[in-house]
Amino acid sequence: MSEDKKNLILSVKDLEVKFKVRDKVLTAIRRISMDFEEGKVVAIVGESGSGKSVFTKTFTGMLEINGTVTNGEIWFEGKDLAKIKNDKEWEQIRGKKIATVFQDPMTSLNPVKTIGDQISEVIIKHQGKSKAEAKKMAIEMMGRVGIREPEKRYNEYPFMYSGGMRQRIVIAIALACRPRILICDEPTTALDVTIQAQIIRLIKDLSQEYGFTTIYITHDLGVVANVADVVAVMYAGQIIEYGNVNEIFYDSRHPYTWGLLSSLPQLGEKGENLFAIRGTPPSLFEEIKGDAFAPRSNYALKIDYEQEPPFFKVSDTHFAKTWLMDPRAPKVEPPAAVRELHERMLALTSKGGIYGER
Amino acid sequence: MNDKEVLVEVKDVDITFKNGKRVFKAVKNASFNIYKGETFALVGESGSGKTTIARAIIRLNNISAGEILFEGRKISGKLSKEDRTWVQRNIQMIFQDPAASLNERATIDYCISEGLYNFHLYKDEADRQEKVDKALNAVGLLPEHKSRYPHEFSGGQRQRVGIARAMIMEPKFIIADEPISALDVSIRAQVLNLMNKFKDENGLTYMFIAHDLSVVRYFADRIAVIHNGRIVEVASATDLFRYPIHPYTQSLLQAVPMPDPEIEKAKQLKTYDNKHEEESEEDGSLQEIVPGHYIFMNEKQRPEYEAKLKEMMNTSVSS
Repeated sequence: MSEDKKNLILSVKDLEVKFKVRDKVLTAIRRISMDFEEGKVVAIVGESGSGKSVFTKTFTGMLEINGTVTNGEIWFEGKDLAKIKNDKEWEQIRGKKIATVFQDPMTSLNPVKTIGDQISEVIIKHQGKSKAEAKKMAIEMMGRVGIREPEKRYNEYPFMYSGGMRQRIVIAIALACRPRILICDEPTTALDVTIQAQIIRLIKDLSQEYGFTTIYITHDLGVVANVADVVAVMYAGQIIEYGNVNEIFYDSRHPYTWGLLSSLPQLGEKGENLFAIRGTPPSLFEEIKGDAFAPRSNYALKIDYEQEPPFFKVSDTHFAKTWLMDPRAPKVEPPAAVRELHERMLALTSKGGIYGER
Repeated sequence: MNDKEVLVEVKDVDITFKNGKRVFKAVKNASFNIYKGETFALVGESGSGKTTIARAIIRLNNISAGEILFEGRKISGKLSKEDRTWVQRNIQMIFQDPAASLNERATIDYCISEGLYNFHLYKDEADRQEKVDKALNAVGLLPEHKSRYPHEFSGGQRQRVGIARAMIMEPKFIIADEPISALDVSIRAQVLNLMNKFKDENGLTYMFIAHDLSVVRYFADRIAVIHNGRIVEVASATDLFRYPIHPYTQSLLQAVPMPDPEIEKAKQLKTYDNKHEEESEEDGSLQEIVPGHYIFMNEKQRPEYEAKLKEMMNTSVSS
């Protein structure tokens, strides 16, 4: 999407993913092209079913058995990942070069294996170290992700850890083989807010220390504001807006992004209704004509129901897939809540981002 | 505050769970009032005891000390059958996960009228049908949905069914346990607006249980913050956000990420230590610091909190 190709680590072109569900076909990803710059934190925002997890699962060959990449290319280290057919090849990428941290730390850990073994196992497999070396590295890694007295806790089992601690271990395992890309799929959704803040901080610190690229999947715009350099907004299997974090929050162009921002409960005024996007997302079993968001949009034009909009350029880093950006389209202003977002948030908080203390 | 009618009164309630010899106190000496027509929010992290209190009010958990009153009548402990029915009819609950709280094998028609069947709250079949249609219509679903099963609906629609089955009982008091946590951002606003609409139309009182303070600021009139089974602060929503006094409330407020990159990227995280609560563990109680604003503290801590409040009030006036 960006024009000068500087330091790209991953490049997706025209990606399409389909799932066979009983005798029907569902198009989960509808031709996405996107470049990931090395070292950046890219947040992918969208509702459940928008395809954000499916999109990133194609980078590690982890699509469910009924899903296939039916079109497109995924370029990484000079290789097209979309062409990989067998698991042997995937093992060179998955976990080793591109690692994933999932939402629920309990299901990503083996309940009958000690924490320490689960970390050193990865080090032995991917880095070919001896058992003793791996143990030493695992303990170091545990300390690095904030486990106190790692030597003592090395032989404990997952159930002896709290949710936040388990997620730290999952991160330690993911980072044990020094991946180039870390995909965080809603890593804090199952955690409490205070723990969430710590885990977010940890991932940020580690990304600077180890220099990996982070792809952060979330539906929480607060988390996005905290972590992201770049934001991609997904809707119905497509990226509909893409830009630097400030461009998305302070100068968004797509009506769906406006809708997401306006429905933030932080913007609600007592005694008034919250802004709600009407209706529900479209079914991906049927072919979508025009702009997928049009039936729910207050700004839909006639052409939105007929023809799919292309990406329009807002700045060198900011693109929006909406006909509103076409020079022939009528000029519309974003809703007041979106225009005044920053002022309203400032009114709620102090300089340190804390409610109350002003 | 005293001129308002109290609907629910929770008085010095302890709730303990026993596992063999191990005794765990999940709720410690909780006291609060819920006034008629307000939305009262109980906010805390997982394991803080917020759902335990809610379940005690609808009599799913036993309490080991204290009492709970509803419209001035005691509803905790042993009750007559008549009183139990009265509680069940007038207090309804909306659950977090609409998929798990609906019977998968029952049609939406049955799910919604289950309460009507249980208490025989309809004259005849036609009357029941009419009530169900009205409830469906009120939550924005169609009568044709009646013959369908819960799995055929989206999360937001299922939560609407959950609301409809609570509303059809025409309760006075609804406990909503994280009703929007499992829903998508664009659907959340729809459900919150719907709940507000019912509150205005039917003069309902809500207890709203949440872990997310950002939702509560908009939705609640008063907020209680609970930590480790202990209510540490109670105040009006406005006051709690403007003058959060208890250190735990502050850390909770600060941890919520703000959807604004400039603010969020400048934020410095404070970690919460349990010091304040440990100090007042033995001799502390929930005390009023200014009218309507309660803090859990002991006498030694009072001057410190008062000074803190004064400082906050001064800075907010001068700016």
